[in-house]
Amino acid sequence: MSPGFFLWGAYSVTFVALALEVIFLFRRSRRAGPPRQIK
Amino acid sequence: MTQAMNSNSTVRWFWFASPQTFFPLAGSIARWCAVGAVLLALAGLYVGLVVAPTDAQQGEVYRIIFIHVPAAWMSMFIYLVMAGWAAIGLAFNTRLSFMMAQALAPTGALFTFIALWTGSLWGRPTWGTYWVWDARLTSELILLFLYLGFMALHAAIDDPRRADRASALLAIVGAVNVPIIYYSVQWWNTLHQGASVSLTRAPSMAATMLTGMLLMALAFWAYSIAAVLVRVRCIIRERE
Repeated sequence: MSPGFFLWGAYSVTFVALALEVIFLFRRSRRAGPPRQIK
Repeated sequence: MTQAMNSNSTVRWFWFASPQTFFPLAGSIARWCAVGAVLLALAGLYVGLVVAPTDAQQGEVYRIIFIHVPAAWMSMFIYLVMAGWAAIGLAFNTRLSFMMAQALAPTGALFTFIALWTGSLWGRPTWGTYWVWDARLTSELILLFLYLGFMALHAAIDDPRRADRASALLAIVGAVNVPIIYYSVQWWNTLHQGASVSLTRAPSMAATMLTGMLLMALAFWAYSIAAVLVRVRCIIRERE
């Protein structure tokens, strides 16, 4: 297999994983709603 | 913010130990760190993928180093910070410390997975195998299990305060694995190479390679701070 396969495999999975964490965080943040007692 | 300063203009750190006062501060820090992470990652990727020269021995595949090494650093560092917050939580019984430890675990697990994944893809063309039960690789895998165990234990206990204390103990005991990971390449004969960057000696790589790696390390730092602070804000809203 070419070096490109390993490079793309490493970089794409890394940035997809980080992007998924960001998406899940935004969803969780929306679900948590606005702060209640917290000013 | 002025309430956080006393008459001598020194910061009263315990003022920020309350989730209510920490909440807005975390929001502003997270925003700045998110912007910093994007800019640093763009600079790091440019230096790593465009500017840095091709390696004489490994060719182009060595460029995995620009995500593998920073991710491995973050995986160990986040665990130590998590164990530190857990210890502070147990010592001072502060809710925010336990929340910080809880917020750090998923990001730490993610960076451990990235370190293992990228290391595996780097190992195949250079060592001829995706995985070997080498001391460095095995101890890093144990670190992933420790993160997953911490999260599973916290989720398995209904009472949040008991969950905090139980998972904090696991985090503190598991911290013994971090020096084992770091020194594994010195203590045992391993397939994994020794440290490329050390505080005590000159780096064994070209300046542009080192610059790219440090930029990516800073980007991962900024990303981690932003992600953890956003998550701790979620936890504060869910629990308070």
